[in-house]
Amino acid sequence: MTTTAIKDLARPQIVAHAVPRPRKAWLEWVTTVDHKKIGILYMVTAFVFFLVGGIEALLIRIQLGAPDNTFLTPEKYNQLFTMHGTTMIFLFVVPMMAGFGNYFVPLMIGARDMAFPRLNAFSYWLFLFGAIVLYVSLFFNPPEAGWTSYTPLSSSAYLPNSGVDAWIFMVHLTGLSSLLGAINFYVTIANMRAPGMGWGRLPLFVWTILTFAVLLILALPTIAAAVTMLLTDRHFGTHFYDPSQGGSPLLWQHLFWFFGHPEVYIMILPGFGIISEVLPVFSRKPIFGYKAIAAASVGIAFLSLLVWAHHMFATPLSTAVLAFFMLSSMIIAVPTGIKIFNWIATLWRGTLDFKTPLYFGVGFLAFFTLGGVSGVMLAIFPLDWQLTDTYFVVAHFHYVLVAGAVNAIFAGLYYWFPKMTGRMLSEGLGKLSFWLTFAGFNVTFLVQHSIGLEGMPRRIYEYADTGNLHVLNLISTVGAFILALGVLVTVVNVLRSLKRGAVAGPDPWKANTLEWFTTSPPPPNNFDAVPRVRSVEPMKDIRRAVRRATEERAGSEREPVKA
Amino acid sequence: MPRALGLAVLFADAIGPESGGSPNADSTHTLWVIVLIIALIVLIGVEGLLLYTVIRFRARKHREAAQIHGNTRLEIGWTVGAGLIVVALTIVAFISLPDIQDPEKSGQSVSLAGAQVASVNPPKVPGGKQLRIDVNGQQYVWRYTYPDGTYSYTDMVVPAGQTVVLRIRGQDVDHSWWIPKLGGKFDAIPGYDNYTWFKANQVGAVYRGQCAELCGRNHANMLATVSVVSPPAFKRWLASKKAQINAANKDSAAAAPLLSPLPARPGR
Repeated sequence: MTTTAIKDLARPQIVAHAVPRPRKAWLEWVTTVDHKKIGILYMVTAFVFFLVGGIEALLIRIQLGAPDNTFLTPEKYNQLFTMHGTTMIFLFVVPMMAGFGNYFVPLMIGARDMAFPRLNAFSYWLFLFGAIVLYVSLFFNPPEAGWTSYTPLSSSAYLPNSGVDAWIFMVHLTGLSSLLGAINFYVTIANMRAPGMGWGRLPLFVWTILTFAVLLILALPTIAAAVTMLLTDRHFGTHFYDPSQGGSPLLWQHLFWFFGHPEVYIMILPGFGIISEVLPVFSRKPIFGYKAIAAASVGIAFLSLLVWAHHMFATPLSTAVLAFFMLSSMIIAVPTGIKIFNWIATLWRGTLDFKTPLYFGVGFLAFFTLGGVSGVMLAIFPLDWQLTDTYFVVAHFHYVLVAGAVNAIFAGLYYWFPKMTGRMLSEGLGKLSFWLTFAGFNVTFLVQHSIGLEGMPRRIYEYADTGNLHVLNLISTVGAFILALGVLVTVVNVLRSLKRGAVAGPDPWKANTLEWFTTSPPPPNNFDAVPRVRSVEPMKDIRRAVRRATEERAGSEREPVKA
Repeated sequence: MPRALGLAVLFADAIGPESGGSPNADSTHTLWVIVLIIALIVLIGVEGLLLYTVIRFRARKHREAAQIHGNTRLEIGWTVGAGLIVVALTIVAFISLPDIQDPEKSGQSVSLAGAQVASVNPPKVPGGKQLRIDVNGQQYVWRYTYPDGTYSYTDMVVPAGQTVVLRIRGQDVDHSWWIPKLGGKFDAIPGYDNYTWFKANQVGAVYRGQCAELCGRNHANMLATVSVVSPPAFKRWLASKKAQINAANKDSAAAAPLLSPLPARPGR
């Protein structure tokens, strides 16, 4: 009886009538519409830009390692921090999360591809061309107005060269890419879930990709409009941001941050999702408070649309406005706190299996929390007046984005690499990479709080040798190189394991979600048969059912002998 | 416990924002110390719990993971807890806000003829006595205009004990006025007036700061100092500055016929 049920289940739901001839590898990658290949394209491209942005950061840190340093000219320095910020945000974290989403959302919900495979490929190529447009400016004039491109500095009167224009087109192309990708995610998640997978059984990573998509759809049109207005101001005689003609530089700040703050959560929410997948698997426990975690993601996304002016506390705003944005910003600490406590409760009374993904997961919890706490301090606007635009803020957002997003990305990489390649990453190198990045990160950024409190503003190419500024900056520079070494160890690990890693098998971690139901790497159609989902942890159910079936069969085979 | 609290205050003091020049900076520092102590309690609590958890619950033989899906009471508990901390911080912030935002009563005022500055929404100084200085940020220098029209660049001179109200404007691009020991930053944005105040009491003190909003390639070199002098010395300085400016104007006026006429500036 059970055997017939399994036979029914295993019957292919799609029948192939012809086998297409395999194409050349490069042609296959360039023309692919397979979500898994597109996901890998996203991730590899984004990782390359992570390394490029990292090199830019190291150059910045070399310049700041000594007071009154002349390693970089002011012009080069401004170009470097502009490229560093822009690269890490637009070309690394967001597309990296899109890459994870592309690869794993269809697999986790039991779909065979994204809803619009061709649109998906188009999204990737838009992103790549956006990146190329920005980086080609290296050969002409790179932008130098910061990743925020505040007007009037970014207007043609003060930066007439083409750098800001390249930046604008990069924002347009990657923005369009993300917008189309977001629509694709939304449609896929809304319509293509496995039978039985209601909203209450959606994996938490998929919940965060859903909120990521909704936030992108809400926030991106604003930045698209803002940069278009900047472009027409620069070239076609409009005066949206020109104060001498009745325009307003503050308008840019409002529009930019109305996009810019949700962007922070666009970067961090999928990281929350990865952590919510990794922690239960390696503590061998169900996630603690599934509903609260999913609801907190949605709550954070909603609140993130109401906090933009906390980036503008030093601009002329009335006290009522300041108070509103202080309160809305601090309230975000509540859903974030819920998540942190639920994650710790997930570990509580588990049996923690300390594999590399869990190392990065715990690193995330420990130091994202610090970034969250300094964020609440910054939300208090009378304090922000002292702290904003200093290295304290630089330290804060690196705790959020490096300790937060990058740790989550590394946790995801070590967790899902076996699924993507069929091979395990080396545990030894993984742990080495964790300890190096952990030490390097904190050495780099913990002292930056003090640098800011001593009065050093951000974005200055030199500083005088006063107070402890020299020694603190030197410590920070040394830390940056340790951090870089840690990242390099993971690069070596990935390259080495592609060929020589241990064979993973379909489910090396005994994980909970559907991507582990198929082979590693999955076939082009993902699943021959999609099982019915009965809980948040379908793989646990399947393993249990298989165990029961084997025991039954073993029992029935033994019975005749006994009799 | 009081000793631990004392140590915490000392620690917070060592890693706090700069202060000591003006009451608003001092009040900001006090607020910082309170907030930092709350923040450290939360941080140490969470990190301690996390550390205990990852050590205590490492996988060992013969231990089964507890299959718990959640606990509504506990979850409501920490939601309310986090909410209460936010409420506490809000109350603390609003209690200290007036000390930071509202100017202190001024001491003996230096009377200056022709002190007229039109303003939209300046801070109100109790008693009305104040010294108004217009701060104008331009690539890459600060210009200060005193009520009698005298002006200076980079170095601001103020009389001790007087409440100084600054009207901050940007000439070209965004800048940000910041002297850490005299309080927080206020952006100088073209087309807008921004205000702050300070009251420096220590004669002879020189407070340093610099532009805190990216304003171009030499943003790092846009420095500012505030020198505090006695009220009579301030009057003398102002008079000598005025004489200097008049003499320079006279010289350039005398030299003007020798120079070719400047072309009219387009636009503004």
